[in-house]
Amino acid sequence: MLALQLAWRFLREGRTQSLLILAGVTIGIAAFVFVSAIIEGLQVNLLEQTLGSQAHISVSPEEAPPRPLMRDRGVAFARRIEPSEPRRRPFDQWQRAVRRVEATDGVVAVCPKVSGSALAYRGAAEEAVEVVGADAARLRRIVDIPTNLIDGQYRLGGDDAIVGTSLAETLGAGVGDPIRVRSGDRESVLRIVGIFDIGNETVNGRWLVTSLRNAQTLLGRVGDITEIDARVADVYEAERIAREVQARTGVPTESWMERNRDLLTGLRSQDASTTMIRVFVLLAVAMGIASVLSVSVVQRRGQIGILRAVGTSRAVVLGVFLWQGVLFGLVGAFLGSLVGALAGELIESSALFDITVTPRLLLTALGVSVATGVLAAYLPARRAARLDPAAAIRGDE
Amino acid sequence: MTITPALLEIEGVRKSYGGGVTTEVLHGIDLSIQQGDLVALIGPSGSGKSTLLNLIGLLDRPTEGRVVIDGQAVDHLDDRALTALRGKKLGFIFQSHHLLPGLSVLENVMLPSAASRGGFQASMRAPAKELLSAMGLGDWVDAWPRQLSGGMQQRVAVARALMNDPPLVLADEPTGNLDTETSNQVFDLLRQRNAERATAFLIVTHDPAIARRCDRVVELVDGAVVYEGAPSTMKSWA
Repeated sequence: MLALQLAWRFLREGRTQSLLILAGVTIGIAAFVFVSAIIEGLQVNLLEQTLGSQAHISVSPEEAPPRPLMRDRGVAFARRIEPSEPRRRPFDQWQRAVRRVEATDGVVAVCPKVSGSALAYRGAAEEAVEVVGADAARLRRIVDIPTNLIDGQYRLGGDDAIVGTSLAETLGAGVGDPIRVRSGDRESVLRIVGIFDIGNETVNGRWLVTSLRNAQTLLGRVGDITEIDARVADVYEAERIAREVQARTGVPTESWMERNRDLLTGLRSQDASTTMIRVFVLLAVAMGIASVLSVSVVQRRGQIGILRAVGTSRAVVLGVFLWQGVLFGLVGAFLGSLVGALAGELIESSALFDITVTPRLLLTALGVSVATGVLAAYLPARRAARLDPAAAIRGDE
Repeated sequence: MTITPALLEIEGVRKSYGGGVTTEVLHGIDLSIQQGDLVALIGPSGSGKSTLLNLIGLLDRPTEGRVVIDGQAVDHLDDRALTALRGKKLGFIFQSHHLLPGLSVLENVMLPSAASRGGFQASMRAPAKELLSAMGLGDWVDAWPRQLSGGMQQRVAVARALMNDPPLVLADEPTGNLDTETSNQVFDLLRQRNAERATAFLIVTHDPAIARRCDRVVELVDGAVVYEGAPSTMKSWA
């Protein structure tokens, strides 16, 4: 306690010096919080944009391999002609696979679905669409359509269909209007019950969401599905969980991380550059604290000698300077977080994404700031504790 | 007949400095101080007075010889034990006051007590105030050292040295920077404490007037004791 009491009195006595270094720590921590909040906000936004309309994990059987189209002297030649709709193998025992995916640790939602290409018509307008058939309750946990619904309602029963804004506009259709949908020689008439804007132009312009049964009938896959989509609690764990799911189900499984390698590389590069910025900022803060405390030790040699002469131990002298580092770190973290959060608030209106200073970020800033303060104070503190009291009182070097 | 052990006993103490070429500044000093002694340590500059005081004050270690404080040999004590012994048995008064400017007058006086009890506590305030009142500084308890004159600061330093009621106080030129009148006032305070509580004082001084008022004088020249006895029988007084 004596160490803390003396540390506080030393800081109070050298008020100007203390305020200057505190300003330095505050600016450093503010930069730390601000940069972290921006990068975090940007990454969350990018991930939301990317994962808002796709599953974290997709389980689907391989496409059927090309069939040999001709044979010559016993050698089969494979010629692959891209069909309009790649023919997937049936998903054997998909209900059991769904249960196994659901039972995998880290998976929070599972949705079996049927998807395939089709043509949608309304009057003279026609448009190529991706028919997505799924159970409404399950699908909303994978792709949050209800929140992004701008007209109508989220309902997938009977002949209900939900489409994106761009598709509705292309077809000139609104809520309540019927549309014809044709896939191969099969045709259905569906009624639009909702229109969504999910923030992804491809999805807004292509998706036609209907019930699993409607899609199965339309795409000629009665009783079958094309894939099982899953959502995981930690998106960065998706790849590991995908491998586990594949091992459990024996069906090829792909994570969003595989599908979006470029994005992942971009995010990781961003993380690396953010870490470098943080390290340099904290180094500057540490050097500021260390230099001020080093000067303080030199200036207070006589006082340290007196402290030792009146019975203060080396440990307490060490503590006096370590506590100064802690106090710089604590107060700097508090003020810096405040300034960083305010700066984030100020530019949020001009940014295209949310800048959120989370409690986790504030706690990290606090921990990092105090640790930096203590580490920076250690060398000056050790020097003070090792001073020869007799020499210090005499004023010798 | 009961033999009271000496408060301070030093035997054959030598002290050398330097790495390659060593210089011996104390050549086998013997000295004994009893409870209630008021001893002046005199000698020209460079004679080793401050070095001897640092050894007695456990701020430095002898190269050779033995230091015993209140019956306890200190040769093999580690830094922690020396610090504890120093806080309990010894008080220090320095020439340049050496008050801590960031602490109030009262906190400066409480410092030895705070050092031995691990922090400033409310219970220390009353005895510290009492000491300051005895020094004539009862109205200055909440002042800062910079607000006090040199004489007042030295009286605060005296109060600080007496805070833990140590049996031996080491004073290095306590009146060195003070005018004659203030010097006498400060010395009177030491004398009074010596008389009232039998606190022993070892006072390093260049001032013959102060040395003459002590009970015993030890004269150090070139690191050796050349005289020890009553001030009145000392031949070298000019």
